[in-house]
Amino acid sequence: MFLRQAWTIAAKDLHSELRTKEAWNASLAFSVVILLLFSFAFDPSSEQVREFSGGLLWMTYAFAGALVLNRSFAREVQNDCLDALIASPVPSAALFTGKALANFAMLFAVELVSLPVLVLFYNIPWSASMFGPMLLVMTLGTWALTVIGTLFSALTVNLRLRELMLPTLVYPMMIPALIAAMTLTTQLLAGDPIGTGLRFLTAFDIIFTLLAVVFVDTVLVG
Amino acid sequence: MREKIIIGLALFAGALLAWNMNTIFTALPDELNQGAIYRIIYFHVPANILGMLGFGAGMLLSVGYLTTKDLRYDALAASVTEVALVFASIGLATGSIWARIIWGVWWAWDVRLTSWLVCWLIFGGYLMLRRAVEEPNQRARFAAVVSVLGTVNAYISYKSIEWWNTQHPQPVLSLRNGGGMAPGMEAPIYWNLLALACFAAILVMVRVRQEAFAREIDTLRRMVHAQ
Repeated sequence: MFLRQAWTIAAKDLHSELRTKEAWNASLAFSVVILLLFSFAFDPSSEQVREFSGGLLWMTYAFAGALVLNRSFAREVQNDCLDALIASPVPSAALFTGKALANFAMLFAVELVSLPVLVLFYNIPWSASMFGPMLLVMTLGTWALTVIGTLFSALTVNLRLRELMLPTLVYPMMIPALIAAMTLTTQLLAGDPIGTGLRFLTAFDIIFTLLAVVFVDTVLVG
Repeated sequence: MREKIIIGLALFAGALLAWNMNTIFTALPDELNQGAIYRIIYFHVPANILGMLGFGAGMLLSVGYLTTKDLRYDALAASVTEVALVFASIGLATGSIWARIIWGVWWAWDVRLTSWLVCWLIFGGYLMLRRAVEEPNQRARFAAVVSVLGTVNAYISYKSIEWWNTQHPQPVLSLRNGGGMAPGMEAPIYWNLLALACFAAILVMVRVRQEAFAREIDTLRRMVHAQ
């Protein structure tokens, strides 16, 4: 029942996104722009790029993610859709899970496109064996960004200073997960063995998913 | 009554601090490897302990608000968190000065320093969020959620010196099985903790009263608008 409700919400969000493509287009264009801007900050052809490629990638994901996440609840404000959703028989936790799943899918799609762009632009050696572990790291890292981002998207949706408050709150909160994801990605792309980051990232995901599911009712309903 | 408690506490804390200063600066010898600068630990450690305990207490009070919906818990949580942020700032600043002398740099990006700076930013965001929300109950709810999530990071920061090999020194207090400090050198840390805790309590009491006044003014304004 819970899963079906969550799925209904996720499907609704994905449908409306597929029709308009507004968050997806903006986020994708933005991530390519960021990757381009990074190339001016340092010598993009140097060998050192490999050592911080994970950082570049996750910075791009975090910035591009903010565009997707900001829209998540903001798009429900028009026509009082948010009030209708809250008043509907769907519990807040299911509403949150659905929104988070939809955001995850959108962000993941953006990431899958910008990953080859990074590999191409910065001449990062890529082999097929990296694909599996990379998908795992991306899944765990993106879920961390999505859970925190979706909760704060709900929290800031009715604020006067929404566009300012969301990044101020979300980025510091994400930093532990971002650090772990960046380190893991750099280790993967450099072909080094993976450290304890995977365990940390998984624990972070579990803790924050639980906290978000517990608190979303407080945030949306009171 | 509140005035008398505040004055009494201030006198006690002031006297204790003066006595601590005497111990720290005249009675204790220089440390063998670090020289005179090690004395900053008598402020660095108590300030950070108060910062961390304050964030933790703020979290408990926030949970108290969420379960009772009593705005006094929220006022207390906001006050405690704000004072804790001041002490965390002192902790960061004193640590940075120590690092400049011992490590030769003002800042190092190790897990302990980074995670504590992240906490500082999160609770700074907490205070900014409080200013951005008008409605008191909504403000209390949102702030409580941020406080609980932020405390997870405070706990990561607390444990970071055990979980990772940090450039920041490992635990030194015997309370945390640190050891490595002579008892005569460790004791003033706790005495200074007590003195600073009294100052923190004074600040919280003043701040809570401000919150109470702010709530009263807000109620009066609403009544005027309702007329």
